[in-house]
Amino acid sequence: MGKVLMKGNEAIGEAAIRAGCLNYFAYPITPQSEVAEYLTKRMPEVGGVFLQGESEVAVAYMIFGAAGAGERVFTTSSSPGISLMSEGISYIAGAQCPAVFVNIMRGGPGLGGILPSQADYNQATKGIGHGDCRMLVMAPASVQEAVEMVMNAFPLAEKYRNPVMILGDGLIGQMMEPVEFPDHLKTEPSNKDDWASNGMDHRKRSERNLVRSLFLDPTALNDNNLQLKAKYDQMKKEEVRSESYNSDTDYKVLIVSYGTMSRVCRTAIDALKEEGIDVAMVRPQTVFPFPEQAVRDAAQKESCKQVISIEMSMGQMVEDVERSVRGGKPVHWFGKCGGDVPTPEEVVDVVKSLIN
Amino acid sequence: MQNEIMFAGFGGQGILLIGKILAHAAMEEGNEVAWIPSYGPEMRGGTAYCTVVIGDRPIGSPIIKNPRHLIAMNRPSLEKFAPDVKPGGVILINTSLIPVDSGRTDVDELKVATVDIAKEVGNVRAANIVALSAFVARSGVVTMDGLRHCVEVEFSKKPKLIPLNMKAVDAGEKVAKKTS
Repeated sequence: MGKVLMKGNEAIGEAAIRAGCLNYFAYPITPQSEVAEYLTKRMPEVGGVFLQGESEVAVAYMIFGAAGAGERVFTTSSSPGISLMSEGISYIAGAQCPAVFVNIMRGGPGLGGILPSQADYNQATKGIGHGDCRMLVMAPASVQEAVEMVMNAFPLAEKYRNPVMILGDGLIGQMMEPVEFPDHLKTEPSNKDDWASNGMDHRKRSERNLVRSLFLDPTALNDNNLQLKAKYDQMKKEEVRSESYNSDTDYKVLIVSYGTMSRVCRTAIDALKEEGIDVAMVRPQTVFPFPEQAVRDAAQKESCKQVISIEMSMGQMVEDVERSVRGGKPVHWFGKCGGDVPTPEEVVDVVKSLIN
Repeated sequence: MQNEIMFAGFGGQGILLIGKILAHAAMEEGNEVAWIPSYGPEMRGGTAYCTVVIGDRPIGSPIIKNPRHLIAMNRPSLEKFAPDVKPGGVILINTSLIPVDSGRTDVDELKVATVDIAKEVGNVRAANIVALSAFVARSGVVTMDGLRHCVEVEFSKKPKLIPLNMKAVDAGEKVAKKTS
């Protein structure tokens, strides 16, 4: 299969199938409803299931059920829908089950709007649910990257027995770009007999597996939290991904930006270069774990005088950038949050105002 | 080198479809492409527009303030977007619905009565293909052969419509040459 021109939402649906995921539960919401539309047709063709829940709350627990039984399962939604799923995500993380959640973000808070946004950054990276639960969160900047991240998300969710999120903005879902699909994943969810409630008939072990997030004994609950923490620490060691742009120059300004916003910044950096102004960018591909080291190293370069987080949210990522830079350089913010994606021209003006 | 083409008109005129066909043709010719719709709570008769970006290296910003070319299928679109087109670009004006000019002297204005031409070739619904073909013939952003191939692919599930749309492509090409 060569390159095909595909809408981000449809490509995400196809990628999940190619990752061997045959269970999709969802509730429609703009700007990601095309995933459900696509899978309505596609899932039956491959022997899979698409079931629409009566709400996102129900969907989260349908995911929990399938994940607890050791099945590959995923859902897609957009901001308010993810908020409704948040309780279930916490249960899934607490019970240590693998599942994939795709959030194609729209503007908030509340019903907000339906245009692109990155305003669920803090929710995704820091506060996805109650209790000490976190997710591995990947943020694609193109349809191709969305496909690759979705296909990687399943093995990663299984490696950590933890929810993984793909965090895209509305444009990633709505845009059409050429994509080349990697080969189908051949792996099965490994070691699920050790923990999943998938029936005892075929198992060697005679102990029953219990999938639960309730631990009334304080020592047992603390142990569970220590296990979770160990996994999140391991993610920080093993799963951090980022990409640098124009970083081999004597840049004066360092941009940190992800998703669609980072592409706007790339065009702005090219335009500034033509005017003789070098600006570099670190683009987090994982936003949890955050690429602290890459941002710190890039900010520490002697030529670099200013750091700026450019995001379609009101400075949520600034805190992670500041934490990474550790006071070494001034950290600024630029962004918009109504659904109008900032233009390259606006980014150019903002960067120039930092230099002058 | 990067080309940005904005398609704009009423919902239901097939604006998003002709943008997709152009993006497909550009991809088949080895280019990097992105097709970016305006999406919103829109309906038939509302506004619809999309931008196609074609480049020889990965597309950066999908947000385009100043497109190189504009295909304006209705008057509000022409009035809204004509001032943004880069000098030297093509502005296609659908004269079947638009009684005015772009007001620009630094662009290549291509006037096409898409609805009338589509009626002549057999169906008013092919007006969008007439516009796309005339634009491609004038701007050369993809080859006419590449365009014909992708129109065929687009209608491959409704093969009955292929001859009509091929006629629309021919008519669009002809009108672009006649008025140049």
